[in-house]
Amino acid sequence: MEQVYSVIFYGFAFVSVYVQVFFLLTFFDKRRHISWSPKEIELKRYPTITIAVPCYNEEKTITKTMESLLALDYPKDKLTLIIVDDGSTDNTWELVKTFDNGSNVLAFRKENGGKHTAVNFALEKSTAEFFGCLDADSFVDNQAMKRIMRYFENDPRNMAVIPSVLSYNPKNMIQKAQKVEYDMGVYIKKMLGLIGGIQVTPGPLSTFRKKVFDDLGPYRKAHNTEDQEIALRMQEHGYKIDYCPDAYIYTNTPNSVVKLYRQRLRWIYGFIKNLVDYRHLLFRKKYGTVALFTLPTGMISIFGILFMFFTVIYNLLRVIYEKTIQINTIGFHNFFSLNYKFDWFFIDTRAMLFLSIILYILVITSVLLGRKMSTGKANFTVSIIYFIIIYSIVAPFWMLRAIFNSLISKESSWTFERRVTTSN
Amino acid sequence: MHQHEPNDWKKYVIVLFITATLFAIGIWTSSYFTNKKMTELKSIEDKISLDLMSSETQFSLLQELSCKDISNTVLSSELNSLAEKISYSEGNLGNDNSNVVSLKRYYSLLEIKDYLLMKKITERCGEKSIFVLYFYKNEKCDDCTKQGYVLTSLREKYPNLRVYSFDYNLDLSAIRAMTSIYKVPDDLPAIVINGKVHSGFQSIEDIEKTFPELEAMRKEEEAAAKKAATTKTKTSTPVGTTNN
Repeated sequence: MEQVYSVIFYGFAFVSVYVQVFFLLTFFDKRRHISWSPKEIELKRYPTITIAVPCYNEEKTITKTMESLLALDYPKDKLTLIIVDDGSTDNTWELVKTFDNGSNVLAFRKENGGKHTAVNFALEKSTAEFFGCLDADSFVDNQAMKRIMRYFENDPRNMAVIPSVLSYNPKNMIQKAQKVEYDMGVYIKKMLGLIGGIQVTPGPLSTFRKKVFDDLGPYRKAHNTEDQEIALRMQEHGYKIDYCPDAYIYTNTPNSVVKLYRQRLRWIYGFIKNLVDYRHLLFRKKYGTVALFTLPTGMISIFGILFMFFTVIYNLLRVIYEKTIQINTIGFHNFFSLNYKFDWFFIDTRAMLFLSIILYILVITSVLLGRKMSTGKANFTVSIIYFIIIYSIVAPFWMLRAIFNSLISKESSWTFERRVTTSN
Repeated sequence: MHQHEPNDWKKYVIVLFITATLFAIGIWTSSYFTNKKMTELKSIEDKISLDLMSSETQFSLLQELSCKDISNTVLSSELNSLAEKISYSEGNLGNDNSNVVSLKRYYSLLEIKDYLLMKKITERCGEKSIFVLYFYKNEKCDDCTKQGYVLTSLREKYPNLRVYSFDYNLDLSAIRAMTSIYKVPDDLPAIVINGKVHSGFQSIEDIEKTFPELEAMRKEEEAAAKKAATTKTKTSTPVGTTNN
């Protein structure tokens, strides 16, 4: 039993270290390709773009989202904003229609049908060369659009470009922990972008050539993670997705564990279900990095985190069991004994400890590189510790639930998540 | 269909190589520290062995010396701390690790030697001590864990109680000799107190009831300590007074 446990532990540890080394090697190999735009750039040509803003009960953030879009540094006659209210039950529609000017900002209201229906609604109205989508809880930096478009201009093979999604104004510990995750995401997605391994084109302002939808069809429901499905569909057909680290989009992150749990449950559930739908990609070399690296390691990491979680629970229960026996046998005698003398001998020096240290160093390096890439500064902050602790404790719960839900095919709805997010 | 970037197989292999190297570093560092720990245990055992030999030699000379002159080579605390370390290593490296097994054999022999010597000293010099030989096994024995807690607790309560614990399943002829001398059954845990075998779990109350002299000895000890303290205070008072 002990040996089986060790083999599984080392297996997961090996894959985790492998993934981090893979990213690090990619970074050293391709760091010259990570281009930085000057503060203000000019494009040779300004193609037409439609940005869809699907919203459901976003009265708190929609105004700010729209204002940030209107402030985008991009020729107004080339940019159309289509706001689609997906049957909100709050004041969203009243706010949204004030932006409609009949020309380059258009507001529509439709029956609730889920995010993909709202985006497809905008897609049908769009005649532009490029199509972007922005979640109504996110705000764009005014240079973001030009910087994204520069990637299309520089490489005609780029069929979609995703920007850097950063956490907006993190206030509490939960949000600060997420900020660390988003910072790390900047680095990881850029590395995946450089090697054709991106598996999601996230809601905050991922931009596509309209040709993608003309060729491959519109968004699908895809277990409420349409942004993962479209990326996988693109990868399946060899459509290149790149990542632009200096186009900044700020997104509101869940401010409580419960909200974070619901969001991640949807993401992981979607990941698992989309993985099942696109299983024919797995390990097929013709589909490139997504098939050989991103999807397999994503799948393994879910089981790895669960394995570590159960290990911790098992050890905790064992200590409680032993302490209970001790109390039952001799009472509280020596239970709170303080005559503990430090002896280095009792420091755990098993290989597991050193491998975990190596892994944590690599993870922290990823966060710092992500920070360096997004803000230019690689600061170590205490929030990195929050991130490690909070995610180690909470992530297994949404992963477990997501696996369970996948098995019984119980969807976690986007509108339900919205409801929870806005009701608090 | 568009074309994917060609797969960089070389990179997959290089990453595999680097990861394996990092793993090797982790495992090597671990084994370096484990070896250091084993060396430390061995050196503790050697020191105890030397101390024991010295005590034995002193004891042989006892015929010519008075009991007062025998230096107090009470090894129990050293043996106890060694026992903790060996049991920790057992937990980390496994019961069947050859280093651990060999250290444990050595430790058991040291215990037996200490037991025999202390018994002789006690008889010869009329000291009051109670000797407990505790036989346990590591696997499938919840009562052994409980018995361990009881004995640790008792040892702290009664300093004159000397506990020697032996792994019943350890392959050591000296332990087998003891189990056959005292007729220790394989129904573990079993304890031998002053030569008498008690098998099965014995609670603190059971042991205290069987050996009322434990309590008597503790009271005597306390009284002696009190007396010593009072004498010390009395003798030290004039010094304090002159200082003032």
